[in-house]
Amino acid sequence: MATKMIEMRGVNKWFDDFHVLKDIDLTVTKGERFVICGPSGSGKSTMIRCINRLEEHQKGQIIVDGIELTDDLKNIEGVRREVGMIFQHFNLFPHLTILENVMLAPTWVRKLPRREAHEKAMYYLDRVKISDQALKFPGQLSGGQQQRVAIARGLCMEPKIMLFDEPTSALDPEMIKEVLDVMTELAEEGMTMICVTHEMGFAKTVADCMIFMDQGKIVECSPPNEFFESPKSERTQQFLGQIL
Amino acid sequence: MNQTRTWLYKNLFSTPLNSGLTVSILYLLWLMIPPLIDWIFLQATWVGESRADCLPNEGACWAFVHARIDQFLYGLYPVAERWRVNVAFAILFLLFVAFFLSTVRRRWVSALILLPYPLLAWLLFYGGSWGLETVETSQWGGLFLTLVIAGIGITASFPLGILLALGRRSELIVIRSLSIGFIEIIRGVPLISVLFMASVMLPLFLPEGVNFDKLMRALIGITLFQSAYMAEVVRGGLQAIPKGQFEAAESLGLGYWRTMQKIILPQALKLVIPGVVNTFIALFKDTTLVLIIGMFDFLGIVQAATTDPKWLGTAVEGYVFCAAVYWLFCFSMSRYSLRVERKLDRGH
Repeated sequence: MATKMIEMRGVNKWFDDFHVLKDIDLTVTKGERFVICGPSGSGKSTMIRCINRLEEHQKGQIIVDGIELTDDLKNIEGVRREVGMIFQHFNLFPHLTILENVMLAPTWVRKLPRREAHEKAMYYLDRVKISDQALKFPGQLSGGQQQRVAIARGLCMEPKIMLFDEPTSALDPEMIKEVLDVMTELAEEGMTMICVTHEMGFAKTVADCMIFMDQGKIVECSPPNEFFESPKSERTQQFLGQIL
Repeated sequence: MNQTRTWLYKNLFSTPLNSGLTVSILYLLWLMIPPLIDWIFLQATWVGESRADCLPNEGACWAFVHARIDQFLYGLYPVAERWRVNVAFAILFLLFVAFFLSTVRRRWVSALILLPYPLLAWLLFYGGSWGLETVETSQWGGLFLTLVIAGIGITASFPLGILLALGRRSELIVIRSLSIGFIEIIRGVPLISVLFMASVMLPLFLPEGVNFDKLMRALIGITLFQSAYMAEVVRGGLQAIPKGQFEAAESLGLGYWRTMQKIILPQALKLVIPGVVNTFIALFKDTTLVLIIGMFDFLGIVQAATTDPKWLGTAVEGYVFCAAVYWLFCFSMSRYSLRVERKLDRGH
């Protein structure tokens, strides 16, 4: 039986009075790639941000790699070490060089010796094809390059799961491809991934499962061919009609 | 030649109003500058035994400063022991020179300045061991005392201010309330009253027989006072850091202190360098307030010297000299901070 990497059971979340997540149930096993889409405000980002507790859920259970997320800081830090996250706005550290950005967490969280952290960082920068920029600062790179650095920074912690929160939404059209290429490669190597995106071409190639969310609920969860050919709910059809 | 003319025209004589302003300002300068130079340099008396020696000349009586300079620098520190002060400052000077040489490891030099140096300096200044005669802090004075108070005040209030700023933004309610309470109470009180409290009231609350040094009390008062201001400056920087930076650090598994040390503070402090230096400069000048609790810092000792019957009537020279020295220190801090700002610029 495949190992469960992420398990969400009856997860509910409120922002004050606003009910953002309603009874979310979701199971992701090792090596699975989920793509989440839905209109803005549907709770997609909030849901994946709950997985590494950037947001706190108020009801239900979230278990990541066998660790349940509670108020326990030890658990939270344990989960964060195994879960990498890529943000819409990259969130690189502007005062550090590209290399330092990538080396930081391996050095201080994994406590790797400097030389080893350096080697590892260069390896992952190489993988996202940006090692030649290692000594520049983020401000000197294009958006697409910055996002690839962010991916290398996430990968350098050698996480078991990668979360992508609209990784290409802030990019110019001609830079989207370079980022998607890196993500596709990652998917093909068997990384467990959850990706919030509206890049349907990407979704079709890599997704094992498509999720459509609306008003805080998972409306549809099915394999991509089924999802795109014959969506069950009317709301999904309507949404796909608008974006395809 | 042509260039000069265009420059003159563009900057000084572009309109009739501008031409008028230029001419009248030149006239004012012509009225002011020559007498000033006369007073400071040409007509000044440089050496002499008393005010009487200055009377033949119309200019400044720098003889007063010249005759009293040792006292201005060291206060009432025993003459025979003054070499100790010189040695301590010489060592500090060498450390600073080492710090600015790019070939050495700055981290080590700053560690030397912050850890063993203060102990060594204390040993030299106060004495009492290694065969050095004890010099009570009540005998410390002059520029020496000003630098001691400012140096310790700056080095202690900076980290304390950072901690208070972090405390004020903490999610732990007890720490947050304590920080807010401290900052708001201290900021709402004049420094003079803090110093009075530290020097007059504090001993009343201490058990009998326990008494600690007046200088120490003044130092604690000044440090606490400035750290409250520092905290607010730093908080401004913390608030300017986008939420995404905290989230990125968290998502990598960095803990609170690491995140602050490696990600947030380096960026926040860089943003608030002008405000921080502003506070440093204010602190440097505020040290003169120790005068009211009976300590003779640089300004205090100069002021006291002007009342000497031999030198009556030299107050202006004393204050001008004082102002020039304060300005020199403050301006250096300001220039240095500009340099640091430029060096840390990452173009984002």
